[in-house]
Amino acid sequence: MTDQQQADLRHDEVQAGTTTGLAAPSVDVTDARQNSLWSDAWRELKRNPLFWIGSVFGVVFLLMAMFPAVFARGADPRDCDLTNSKLPPSAEHWFGFDQQGCDYLANVVYGARNSLVIGVLAVLVVLVLGLFVGAVSGFFGGVTDSILSRITDIFYAVPFILGAIVVLRSGTLGRGVVAVAIALAAFGWMTAMRLVRSQVIAVKSSDYVAAARAMGASNRRILVRHILPNAVAPVLVYATITVGVLIAAEATLTFLGVGLQRPAISWGLQIDAGQSLLRTAPHLVLFPSIVLTVTVMAFIMLGDALRDALDPRQRS
Amino acid sequence: MTGADISSYPESTAVAGAPVLEVDDLHVEFRTRENVVNAVNGVSYTVNRGETLAILGESGSGKSVSAQAIMGILDTPPAVITGGGLLFEGRDLLSMSDEERRRVRGPGISMIFQDALSSLNPVYSVGFQIGEMFRAHRGVSRKEAKQRAVELMDRVRIPAAAQRVNDYPHQFSGGMRQRVMIAMAIALDPKILIADEPTTALDVTVQAQVMDLLKDLQRETGMGLVLITHDLGVVNEVADNVAVMYAGRIVERGTVDDVFSNPGHPYTEGLMNSVPQVEAKGGRLQPISGQPPNLAKIPSGCPFHPRCFRRRLGADALPGRDCADDVPPLRLVVPGREAACHYSEEVLGV
Amino acid sequence: MGRYVARRLLLAIPVLIGASFLIFAMVYALPGDPIRALGGDRPLQPAVVAQLRDEYNLDDPLVVQYVKYLGDLVQGDLGTDFRGREVSETIAQRLPVTAKLTVVAILFETVIGIIAGVLAGIRRNGFLDNVVLISSTLIVSIPILVLAFVAQYVFGLKLGWFPIAGIGDGWYSYLLPGLVLASASLAYVARLTRTSVAENLRADYVRTARAKGLPNRNVVVRHTLRNSLIPVVTFIGADIGNLMGGAIVTESVFNLPGIGRAIFDSVRQQEGAVVVGIVTLMVFFFIFFNLVVDVLYAVLDPRIRYD
Repeated sequence: MTDQQQADLRHDEVQAGTTTGLAAPSVDVTDARQNSLWSDAWRELKRNPLFWIGSVFGVVFLLMAMFPAVFARGADPRDCDLTNSKLPPSAEHWFGFDQQGCDYLANVVYGARNSLVIGVLAVLVVLVLGLFVGAVSGFFGGVTDSILSRITDIFYAVPFILGAIVVLRSGTLGRGVVAVAIALAAFGWMTAMRLVRSQVIAVKSSDYVAAARAMGASNRRILVRHILPNAVAPVLVYATITVGVLIAAEATLTFLGVGLQRPAISWGLQIDAGQSLLRTAPHLVLFPSIVLTVTVMAFIMLGDALRDALDPRQRS
Repeated sequence: MTGADISSYPESTAVAGAPVLEVDDLHVEFRTRENVVNAVNGVSYTVNRGETLAILGESGSGKSVSAQAIMGILDTPPAVITGGGLLFEGRDLLSMSDEERRRVRGPGISMIFQDALSSLNPVYSVGFQIGEMFRAHRGVSRKEAKQRAVELMDRVRIPAAAQRVNDYPHQFSGGMRQRVMIAMAIALDPKILIADEPTTALDVTVQAQVMDLLKDLQRETGMGLVLITHDLGVVNEVADNVAVMYAGRIVERGTVDDVFSNPGHPYTEGLMNSVPQVEAKGGRLQPISGQPPNLAKIPSGCPFHPRCFRRRLGADALPGRDCADDVPPLRLVVPGREAACHYSEEVLGV
Repeated sequence: MGRYVARRLLLAIPVLIGASFLIFAMVYALPGDPIRALGGDRPLQPAVVAQLRDEYNLDDPLVVQYVKYLGDLVQGDLGTDFRGREVSETIAQRLPVTAKLTVVAILFETVIGIIAGVLAGIRRNGFLDNVVLISSTLIVSIPILVLAFVAQYVFGLKLGWFPIAGIGDGWYSYLLPGLVLASASLAYVARLTRTSVAENLRADYVRTARAKGLPNRNVVVRHTLRNSLIPVVTFIGADIGNLMGGAIVTESVFNLPGIGRAIFDSVRQQEGAVVVGIVTLMVFFFIFFNLVVDVLYAVLDPRIRYD
């Protein structure tokens, strides 16, 4: 795999004395060097097969969510005929039919939309929360940091799925797409917060921030112009992977009965409905599972590829 | 521990007066996917009992690589020893098996490194790590190994050794950590100690203490000391002889007093001139122009010629001594002095 | 070391209290009717509603409610379900199943994961190394929900190697669900161990160990392994939370009567008190396990003890 071989090459070069092995000098990552960070990353990305595979599938998923009619070959997911119940795949109907006799391809395709919306919405909330709390906590330090970090620890103590179950179960948020997104974000923002906080702390004490301060820059300016741009890279990687993770989580929550409810179309509902018919009509579980898996995999691959591309240790 | 683990160090074949360590025309290449790096290009030197040889050079000159090649701890691949000989007490190191070579490391030749904090394992106590020398090579019990460790820590002047033997590396200061490394290195009374930039990471006062310690230990044991450094001051204080390295080869060799007072190679000359002198206050610093060469693309002829203000090219050059075309061999210029320069006599002023 | 443990314990207490308050707030303090939270959509008789309000102190001010809630928790009273059974009893009955499942999963995760990772890390770019890298990326991406069904279908229904559901076959019934539960974690542990080992083998102190003339066996085992396991141990601790979530799915798919399945059933049956009770218990376990992991971490890495 390129990442490991790259790292080995650098190690060998260091041993041979041709490079010192130190990271590039700590120069402010705004403007000029920022451009080089992203252009270097882009060059790395282009070479990584994971990036291309992930992108292709990711784009397909996106298009599926935005233009479901095209992928469903014009079929209407709610146009159901009980005489077609549980029919297996055929040339006409690639995914067969579900129990109600609805075209399954259409149902699976239309399910993408909800997943996309929830995934993206939840990640946006995670980012906003994480960036804000993390930046404030890291930047101001002291008591503020202690309190915010304790609160983060408390949220961390509640495993993700469990927390979402309780929130959704209590019904206070309702049961729609927004509710699920918020429930997911409510127990997923902590890692983003910690990422941002550690970046902020690292950058806060660096020389170029001291220089900016000496020139009279205000806190807000320092935070926005100097510190946050440096935090973007790892958070971006995390956000990409998290979209995939949260899409899987939504399906799981819906399967368990606390996510979306009928008559919404969701892969989780489809898998749940197909569970009891696994023996006789496995395609009911199989197709939404495959599409779900490929979608999740796309985002995780993209995130991995981004991480390798942005990792300063891999860059010469 | 089985008998096979106990380091059976055969009777030394050293003859009085014969050099303990002989490096003969050593060549080391690094073969990476992208290029071949010529890290060491024909390095030769000898070290006798009780002698301190300083290897002086900038980073990238190949000094550390040659030392690690002697120790046998280079990663091979990508490193390849492509030529030359290494003799330790008359025995050929390169023809030994891996196992035999391993048994020379520690009891025969040992090495200390620049950064003691990263060179010591953070999760084991210093007593454990020093004691490992005895357990691995001599098969002693843990208890005895610890005892010997305390003795060694005393010997390298770590205060309260008995209390600190169970402490961890991060609990020591930089200078103390370096002493721990020295303790590990001299534990089995090696005949040669290679010190790779031992004081570069330390403050000046601590530097002096550590160098004093090394000198004293050398006097006590009669071991040969190879001191790798880029610090002219340290060389001047401590070394008997010096070998100046550039682009993977030795460009000058002689006693420290001679070489420093009257260099025979333009590079050495440049080094001497670049050191700020208190008396010359108010004047300008004279660095050597240009950059050290990329070891994957060493200049033709004399590798220093692009930066040499004494170079003679084309019509200026004497036949067979064109600095850009002809590689100057390391030759005896005056008794006791070797230099790799076509015009060394001019540099010396003889 | 003692001070470190004490400090960790002390830090855990506010987290415990905070987490229990968080759960409490989510159920009883958010806008909305807590009776709904407990009973869902089922129609309730006024008498029952009154009884619920009394039992859960819903008419008291919030702070008092919480204190009484905490008091009940400490005494082990997690409430009653609508069939009159004590939640704590339900838990006690079902806990052994989940415990067995989790033990099997953790064994798979640590033993296979670490061994694969060490072997892959020692021989970088070898065959095993690539296998670990590729398979770990793939496995981590497959949602456990999907993996559970696929495993059940392929290895249970089609190949018949494992029981499809239930705990009728003793420990054997836990093997497939345990492996499924452990899969993502296993892949991650293998990858993490591999990276850690590969990095540590190139560390300066390994160079020193070789320069000391130590036998290769000592260098690898003694000087590399312990250092390499440090990040892995940390990960395993945090990952237990994922295992808990995954246990709910695994028990539901494979029909194992543990507390995970109890959550699944209770959600369907609108038994809010059971859900909240089990989640609270799981959270407490999670905090406790993390404490154990913290201590283990300090055992492995002396630098932490004196922080």
